[in-house]
Order: sequence, then C-alpha cells, then structure tokens
Amino acid sequence: MTFDYAPAPESRAVVDIAPSYGLFIDGEFAPASDGKVFKTVSPSSEEVLSEVAQASADDVDRAVKAARKAFEKWSALPGAERAKYLFRIARLLQERSRELAVLESLDNGKPIRESRDADLPLVAAHFFYYAGWADKLDHAGYGANPRPLGVAGQIIPWNFPLLMLAWKIAPALATGNTVVLKPAETTPLSALFFADICRQAGLPKGVVNILTGEGSTGAALVAHPDVNKVAFTGSTEVGKAIARTVAGTDKKVTLELGGKAANIVFDDAPLDQAVEGIVNGIFFNQGHVCCAGSRLLVQESVQDELLDALKRRMRTLRVGDPLDKNTDIGAINSAEQLARITALADAGEAEGAERWSPSCELPTTGYWFAPTLFTGVTQAHRIAREEIFGPVLSVLTFRTPAEAVEKANNTPYGLSAGIWTEKGSRMLWMANKLRAGVIWSNTFNKFDPASPFGGYQESGYGREGGRHGLEAYLNV
Amino acid sequence: MSELTGRLSVFKTYKLYVGGKFPRSESGRVYEVIDSKGTWLANAPLASRKDARDAVVAARKAFGGWSGATAYNRGQILYRIAEMLEGRRDQFVAEVAAAEGLSKAKATAQVDAAIDRWVWYAGWSDKVAQIAGGANPVAGPYFNLSSPEPTGVVAVLAPQDSSFLGLVSVIAPAIVTGNTVVVAAAENAPLPALSLAEVLATSDLPGGVVNILSGRTAELAAPLAAHQDVNALDLAGADDALAKDLETAAADNLKRVLRPSAANWTADPGTGRLLTFLETKTVWHPMGV
Repeated sequence: MTFDYAPAPESRAVVDIAPSYGLFIDGEFAPASDGKVFKTVSPSSEEVLSEVAQASADDVDRAVKAARKAFEKWSALPGAERAKYLFRIARLLQERSRELAVLESLDNGKPIRESRDADLPLVAAHFFYYAGWADKLDHAGYGANPRPLGVAGQIIPWNFPLLMLAWKIAPALATGNTVVLKPAETTPLSALFFADICRQAGLPKGVVNILTGEGSTGAALVAHPDVNKVAFTGSTEVGKAIARTVAGTDKKVTLELGGKAANIVFDDAPLDQAVEGIVNGIFFNQGHVCCAGSRLLVQESVQDELLDALKRRMRTLRVGDPLDKNTDIGAINSAEQLARITALADAGEAEGAERWSPSCELPTTGYWFAPTLFTGVTQAHRIAREEIFGPVLSVLTFRTPAEAVEKANNTPYGLSAGIWTEKGSRMLWMANKLRAGVIWSNTFNKFDPASPFGGYQESGYGREGGRHGLEAYLNV
Repeated sequence: MSELTGRLSVFKTYKLYVGGKFPRSESGRVYEVIDSKGTWLANAPLASRKDARDAVVAARKAFGGWSGATAYNRGQILYRIAEMLEGRRDQFVAEVAAAEGLSKAKATAQVDAAIDRWVWYAGWSDKVAQIAGGANPVAGPYFNLSSPEPTGVVAVLAPQDSSFLGLVSVIAPAIVTGNTVVVAAAENAPLPALSLAEVLATSDLPGGVVNILSGRTAELAAPLAAHQDVNALDLAGADDALAKDLETAAADNLKRVLRPSAANWTADPGTGRLLTFLETKTVWHPMGV
C-alpha cells in the first residue's frame, strides 16, 4: 500500500496583484515616458499576472536624477537614522513575508517551500544585518569616516528576485548611497511590491527607484554618466559587456556572474548526507542558481553506490505546482530558459553522455524540465563546461584528491564548490586548493548575510554579504 | 661617456628578467636609454609580445609554489630583498639620479624610501589575512570562515614617473600576498628596474615570481591585458587613453583591474594595493556532534 500526497496549495488570496504597474521614480509610480509596457507571466501556468512599464533611456535619466537629488540628504543623515529606516524595512518584510513569498512563487515559478523558507527569511535578514552596519562604518576596517559613492545602478536576475534585491539595496542604503534598481524582465513584481514597502517605511523620496525593463534599460543604466557604482548579478556574458562599458570611467563595479561548481564526494563521505547535499546543490530553485553544484565529482570506488542512492532520492522529488507546499521542483522561469536547458541537455546526449531522469509527469501548461542526471560525462563535454542554469547534473569521476582538484579547477568560473569527506585534514586541504569564492564542506547552498559571497576568475569580482560587502559601496 | 682617466669603465649589458633568468629579448631588439640631459646611458632590451607571453608562462609556473609558501616565508624573502638593496644602495642612487634627473640627495631619498617600503610590505605577509578575513557569525550551526587568497598572475605597468620608488610600490604589495607578477618597467627609465632584477635574483625569491620587461609600455601592455592566463592588471603606468583600451581588453576574462590614479609615491601607501589583488574565499562547515 502506498500513500500519496494530497495537494496542499498555498492560498493566492494573500496577494493582490494590480493589472498594471508603472515605474517607481522619486517616490511615485509613473508610466514609462514613451508609454511602453510588457507583460509578466507566471511560468507555471503561462497566466498573465500583470503589465509593467518598459523604462526607456529617458526614464533611466529621470530615475538617476531623482537618486542624485536624494543622495545629498540621505548620505548626510546620521548612520543611526539610516539604520532605523533599514530596520523598518526589515520588519515590514517580515510582516508581509507570506504575501511576498506567494508573489515570488507566482512570478518566478519557484516552490513556495523555498520562497517561504529560504528567500524571504534571508531577505529580511539582509536588511537587519546591514541596518546594523549603518552607524558602525567607522569600524568596518575601511578607515575612519568612509564615504558612500553616490548613485548606485543595480541590475538583478530572475532566479532570486527579492533576495538579489536585498543583497543589492541593503548594503547600498546602509552606506549612504541611493539606488536605481532594475529587476529582471521576467520577474519584476516583487521589486514593485518592495517599492510599496519603502513607502510604508517612510523612506525619503528618490532613495530607492525601481525601473522595470529589459536589457536595453539595464544597458542605459550602466552607461549613464551620473551613475557612480554599478552592481550586477547575472550572466558572465553580460558581465563582460558591463566591464567593457565602464572601462575608462570612474565607476566602481561589482559583478556576480556564472558558475559551474564542482561538488566533490570522497569515498569516506557520509553518503546519505552527500546525496541530500547533491540534490540541494543542483535541484534547489530548479537549478537556477549561479553557485549550483552542477558537476558532481565522485570518487570512483563509491560511484555505483552513490549513484544508486542519488537516483533513489531523485525518484522522490515532486515536480509541479509552485504553490503546493509539497513541491520540490517548480517551473522553469521562462520559455526561453527552458529552450536553453533543453538544447544543452540534448548536446549532452549527442556528445555521448548517458541521460537519466526519474519518471515524473510534467504539467501540460507552463515551462517544465524533469530533474536530469548525466553519467559518463567527460571534461570536454559542453554539459561539463557550460553553465546550464537548470536541473541538470553532470557526473564525473576521480581517483585521487589531486585529480579532483585539477578537474574541479578546470573551468574559467570560480564561484563555489562542495566537498564531502569525513576527514578534516583532507577537507581543509581541498578547500585550500579549490579556486572558488565559496566552499561548502559537508553542506551546500548555504547563505547568510554575515557571510561574504562572490567568485574568482570569470565568476566576477567583488563580494556581497558580510563586512566585505560594504567595500563595494564605499569610496575605499 | 668615458673620460680619459686612464681606465675605461666596463658597461653593463642590461637584460630582461624572466623565470629567474636574464634573457635578452627574443626579438633581438634594444632601444636607447638616455638621461634627462639626453646623454646615452645604455641600450635596454626592447621586449616583444613573445617576451611578454614567456613572462606570463613563468609567472604562472611560479604561482603554485609562491602562493603555497607560508606567509612567514614570504615575509622573510621580502625582507631579504630589502637587505640586498641596502647593500647596493649607492648603485641605485646613481641609477635613479641618472634616470630621473635628480640630485644625489633627492635620489637617495627615493631609494631609501623604496628600501623602507620593502620592509613595510614584508611585515604585511602574515597580517593581511587577519585584517581581510575572519569568522562570520552566520545564523546556523556552521563554522564559517573567510580568508584572503592571491588572485594569480598580475600584469603590472610600472609608474612612468618614478623609476624605482614607484616600481617597488607596485611590485611589493602584489607579491607579498602570493601573487606572481609580470612588470613592464617605466618606458623611458627602465634601468633601475632591470638592476632590481639582479637583487631579486639573489634574494631567495623563487624564479618567476617577479618578471621584468623593458620596452614600449603600450606594446607590452596590449598582449598582457588580453592574455587569458593573466588574472589582474595594475594600470599605474598607463595614460588615460591607453588605460581605457587595456581595461576594455581585460574584460574578456574579467581580470581585476586597478585603474591609474594620481599617486604620491612618498605618501603612506595604505592597504589599497594589497587588497586589490586578493580574492576572498569563504568556507562553510557544519558544527555538531
């Protein structure tokens, strides 16, 4: 006799989405100057959720001017006063976290279990953490009285819309900068709801401005001559374009880009825990994670045992309605992203790797991709080299720790890595040798506002989080 | 040149410094180095793109060992460089005076400041991790530690206006933390840099940690900025137009770029240059029994 899960949907009634939204500039919502709009859809149902404004270069200019004007007073506020605004925002986020979690799952497609239990708590935690820095900047290790940079242009991706907003806005405001933030084209809604939280918090006008739009809006923001700081999270390709745009200017830049993390499992690892870590590493957030553990490096002697356990675990993953509390894997964020994942997975098969997925029924509307495992992968395969940004795991093997290091480091990226071993000296040796900004040992995909996050090499530059994250917004 | 003093002086053939060796430029080219009054001083090797690439290979080869050395050991070696320089102080005073057209007193001040700067940076080797890293109090049962690590191979365009103090001020902060460097010496005043190589070679500094090229800055900088195996770029010696081109080229593999800025090389250098060429690595581990 088998027991099945009954549907356990979260109610949509807690969130009230307006049919259309304007741009949030200087504390007011206003339509785009040329009246252009675009629709945002729910990736799990393809339902149109709302219509948002497409900001033009003129709108970017208006927003930057508003931020510039607000900068003078905002940066002159005593840190303790700025801190209180950030604390207010943190509290409002906590109060409205259920509403925001449902909204995020609707607009992004991620399971409510993750938006409710991972994203929203971290969002509030980031504002709490950086609120506390606002009046202690003299003690941050950047000299006495470090100064803000001015207007920060911030561009964030669609994988963690509200969390990335928090990572960007909290340290910027704490240090006295004002911001113009562009959320991703496919996930604009939570940033617009955040504008309302700024209003409720009584944040001075112009300190936070939200511009919805596509790549051209972001490009105009990066290139705007009166932007002092550019912060970007997204693809390495766009990161390079931004680095070229700001060349020869005084703009300070931080980039959080792609990754192709190795998750390394030694033969002495606690295999059940490793399996959980592997699943969390690659299937968390549908694999839409720049630090996802997308290359499993398993020691040859435990390969069969580990893969059997992993497949057994993958058969229990529930794919489906993001608003169902039992859902593990939600919808792929967009048709375009689904096409990209599909093409790379097909390339994996074409290049000779063996593809496996548990049998699972995918919904007929929306964008879905079954959790997928590739074995027999070599380092030359595209699925071992290119970031897939989806629930696709490539399995490679190794015999010695040195070989594991070499294979793990054989990538232009360097964002994160995982190590699974019970032997402390080996763990520390590996952590030392791996060229990556975040190393998770016997765990994976852990985040905290107090912990710096960011990459080596082509995973970008600068760190977000912790004391290190302040540097990006200070004139040091 | 030589006066009729009864003894003809022995000229020095200046050479590049790559991988701990002193090659001539593979191109076979040299260029005339003159002093501030236009008097010929020496022929310096006119390094080529191939020399620049060879230097990157040498720097990469040296990176593992140098970055893996203990901080204490790196500090000892930097201090040893200061010791060696002290013994050759008069030579560098003469070379800096000729290169920059300075009085002996002013050149002496530059050289003394440069020696003291090596000593200052030597002391940073085993302290920088403590000011740039530390434990992070995360909200969960995890041990979470951030520590700085060298970013890799750094291409350095030495300042054009300070042939020795400026040079030392850009090399020392990059290598003390474990990076290895390829340096394009000041274009018109490369001789102190090439002589520094002789000091580095006798200071226990592993070959390849510092590689010094003389030649046309723009010509050497272009392949270094575009090189896929260079991790960072110090543009101290570039003018604004060149700096923009190089920063654009550096975007191809997202090199860390330190932009040029008006520098007073005699001022307290602070930690800016040290921290620019560091990455922060954060390690998480669960705690429990």
